[in-house]
Amino acid sequence: MANLGPELQERVRAACAAGQPLRISGGGTKDFLSPACEGAVLDVSGHTGLIDYAPSELVLTARAGTPLKEIESILAQHGQMLGFEPPHFGAGATLGGTLACALSGPRRPYAGAARDFVLGMHILNGRGELLGFGGQVMKNVAGFDVSRLMVGARGTLGVILDVSLKVLPLPAEERTLRVACGQEDAIALMAGWAGKPLPVSATAWIDGALMVRLSGLSQAVEAMTQQVISEPVSGGQAFWQGLREQTLPFFALQPDESLWRISLPPGSPPLALSGRTCLDWGGAQRWLVTAQPPESVASAAHQAGGAVTRYRGSGDVPVANISPALLGLHQRIKRAFDPAGILNPGREFGVRS
Amino acid sequence: MTSIYPALIAALRAELPEDALLTSPESLRPYECDGLSAYRRMPGVVCLPHTVSQAQAVLRICHRLRVPVVPRGAGTGLSGGALPLTDGVLLGLARLNQILDIDVRNRCAVVQPGVRNLALSEAARPYGFYYAPDPSSQIACTIGGNVAENSGGVHCLKYGLTVHNVLGVKILTPEGELLEIGGKALDAPGYDLLAVLCGSEGLLGVVVEITVRLLPLPERAQVVLAAFDDVARAGEAVGRILSAGIIPAGMEMMDNLAIRAAEDFVHAGYPVDAAAILLVELDGENREVSEQIFQVRQMLLDLGATEVHTARDEAERLLFWKGRKNAFPAIGRMSPDYYCMDGTIPRRRLPEVLTRIAQLSEEYGLPVANVFHAGDGNLHPLILYDANRPGELARTEALGGRILELCIEVGGTITGEHGVGIEKIEQMCVQFGGPELAQFHALRAAFDPEGLLNPGKAVPTLHRCAEFGRMHVHGGQLPHPALERF
Ligand SMILES: Cc1cc2nc3c(=O)[nH]c(=O)nc-3n(C[C@H](O)[C@H](O)[C@H](O)COP(=O)(O)OP(=O)(O)OC[C@H]3O[C@@H](n4cnc5c(N)ncnc54)[C@H](O)[C@@H]3O)c2cc1C
Repeated sequence: MANLGPELQERVRAACAAGQPLRISGGGTKDFLSPACEGAVLDVSGHTGLIDYAPSELVLTARAGTPLKEIESILAQHGQMLGFEPPHFGAGATLGGTLACALSGPRRPYAGAARDFVLGMHILNGRGELLGFGGQVMKNVAGFDVSRLMVGARGTLGVILDVSLKVLPLPAEERTLRVACGQEDAIALMAGWAGKPLPVSATAWIDGALMVRLSGLSQAVEAMTQQVISEPVSGGQAFWQGLREQTLPFFALQPDESLWRISLPPGSPPLALSGRTCLDWGGAQRWLVTAQPPESVASAAHQAGGAVTRYRGSGDVPVANISPALLGLHQRIKRAFDPAGILNPGREFGVRS
Repeated sequence: MTSIYPALIAALRAELPEDALLTSPESLRPYECDGLSAYRRMPGVVCLPHTVSQAQAVLRICHRLRVPVVPRGAGTGLSGGALPLTDGVLLGLARLNQILDIDVRNRCAVVQPGVRNLALSEAARPYGFYYAPDPSSQIACTIGGNVAENSGGVHCLKYGLTVHNVLGVKILTPEGELLEIGGKALDAPGYDLLAVLCGSEGLLGVVVEITVRLLPLPERAQVVLAAFDDVARAGEAVGRILSAGIIPAGMEMMDNLAIRAAEDFVHAGYPVDAAAILLVELDGENREVSEQIFQVRQMLLDLGATEVHTARDEAERLLFWKGRKNAFPAIGRMSPDYYCMDGTIPRRRLPEVLTRIAQLSEEYGLPVANVFHAGDGNLHPLILYDANRPGELARTEALGGRILELCIEVGGTITGEHGVGIEKIEQMCVQFGGPELAQFHALRAAFDPEGLLNPGKAVPTLHRCAEFGRMHVHGGQLPHPALERF
């Protein structure tokens, strides 16, 4: 537990004055997700500690360098959890890095994304000014919602110092079921469930079967179990963790293959791409392992109204698909927060990618 | 404007059909205020486009002539956000009222900004869906206005605010350019522009199309009404239910004055002697709801509720809600005028804040009724006053300001859902420091470099804060005392 705020502020101020690029680094577990970035390392991993946690308020405030696993274990002691079930991608994952990359796990379509749980933040902008937005309350429309803008900004708009999050109670019961079926049937089944008030908290089609997690009071979980023709799964928790952390055998790559994340309208039909597919998030997030060139993957996704990110593999990565008009806006927003362009240069959207 | 007025009118007339341009004083009059009628100003011109391209033409002309534009939906806003400018154009979006698509497969709908909130839920109902954010003004307010204010409703505790339910928007920039942000997928590459647009009060762009998430209608919804002889105990019950792991669909509280007003108006069957009532709505799968009702009743009784009543049937459930949803007009019947506040506080500070509001009410000699979204800590103190009595409005505003500053002091905010508009512009100087306000202005300039969209609202200039004289650090206290600055 240490407060490095003043040092970090001094570093950013000095870097701004000198025009010295900074590469913000937390646990270093997510470098594979962002484009390369040149600059002196600004290490925020030592800026740690819980600042405030009142379980009855369902609100937790912690410094950005706090390890995710520490936060999760404190919450679990009080029967609570992070509703967005973030992937860690490594033992050192920090809260700040997770938010900067906007990472959410299997519960996302049913409980909300990382940004949905953010209530407030303190940040340092590119001038080294300490700024506070939002707060610790559930509803707040005073001023523009800058805290949520920081989520997914890959550290290019500000250094996240501390964050207040809404947390959720742990469900009374969780159970995982397995339904053997093909991809199209899986998409239809997930859409059908999403159209009813059912206690579904995760769905994934992988290796020829649809996995579904039910969370809630035991009566509701039991009622749905009886409605679905399925087999119970033991080790459900390990499965969802393996999906979230990409440690299931599905995610093992051959040397010429890449792993793509495709974000689509959830009911989209299967994409005509070779390789193997896993559907996550009720069909809204799809994982593709393929040796096809980036352009084919990207264009198939764009045609279906979605977008791609390459997670793992080697070779060139296509630039994020942002329209020229929107790109201009992105660049102006970047300058509004970081006029000297010192924060994580190379990771701005669309500049390089 | 006087000098460019003829040029402006001529240019608008060339682009718009006759019924889309209002210039006569009698036709402008209905647009002189929004739901905050204490503030009135006649607009220079009102444009009511039928199509997005007409709206685009209006913006292009205004940009060329450097005329400011105030967007407006249904005008139900409670912070003066749609208050017009004498030397500006009021751009009403209410005629863009088509539901473009109800997409069952992707559980979403695409609508124009003038679609009324309730109309969307009604259109989705035959498909088994609804749109979750349900402001009490839902019969009238528009989805475009909801996006601009990031509106909430009684069901936001479980299903989120507008920002949690919007998947995509199309906006017009002040130059009249159409930008498409997000879509039917759950996320899109780039910065989270949806987050800043929700709640941007018409300063960052004119919303002309919205894609929203639809939710399945619950199998069952049931409401439990509990009466307490002590407001603090009712507040405690709220925290107890939530920490037991139950997230009700809605959890609303009313104090004695509000209870009596509502009962008098709609005869909801409220216990008029109670110090406070709590309405707890549980929804979802049938058996789950039964189990939760059982648990919630038990908790309420354990905490000393004097009466716990589960609605007997759907008619009674709706009646219980009718009392709550009509609380504002009900209070309107008790007093010539009322002034609605919208602070949000950490829930655990509720008892103390209510005590201090009661003290302030006494100090200013103005009654205050309290209605709140208790689950989210969002308070709506309603100050009863009479605008015809000299000095009373000024005293009301001063009391309102004190209540908002109290909310900041306990770690809360000056507005949970009604927005800053023109009304709370000075309290923004207390809520935020100079650097934050400067950052807001810089962000705004990225969208609107000339500052033509809804100028003077939502974010005060530093100059104005200096004039107001009460800066951010006041009484030696920072806005979030619980949070260290370092
Ligand atoms: C009786 C009553 C009860 C209410 N209850 C609630 C409640 O429970 N919860 C709640 O959150 N609010 C509530 N409100 C406030 C109000 O209804 C909401 O703020 C609503 O979202 C405003 O919608 P509108 O269409 O009337 O917008 P308007 O009042 O016309 O405009 C509001 C703001 O949005 C901007 N705007 C409007 N349309 C657009 C657009 N298309 N593009 C860009 N900017 C735009 C305007 O410039 C203005 O700043 C209540 C109001 C009343 C009168």
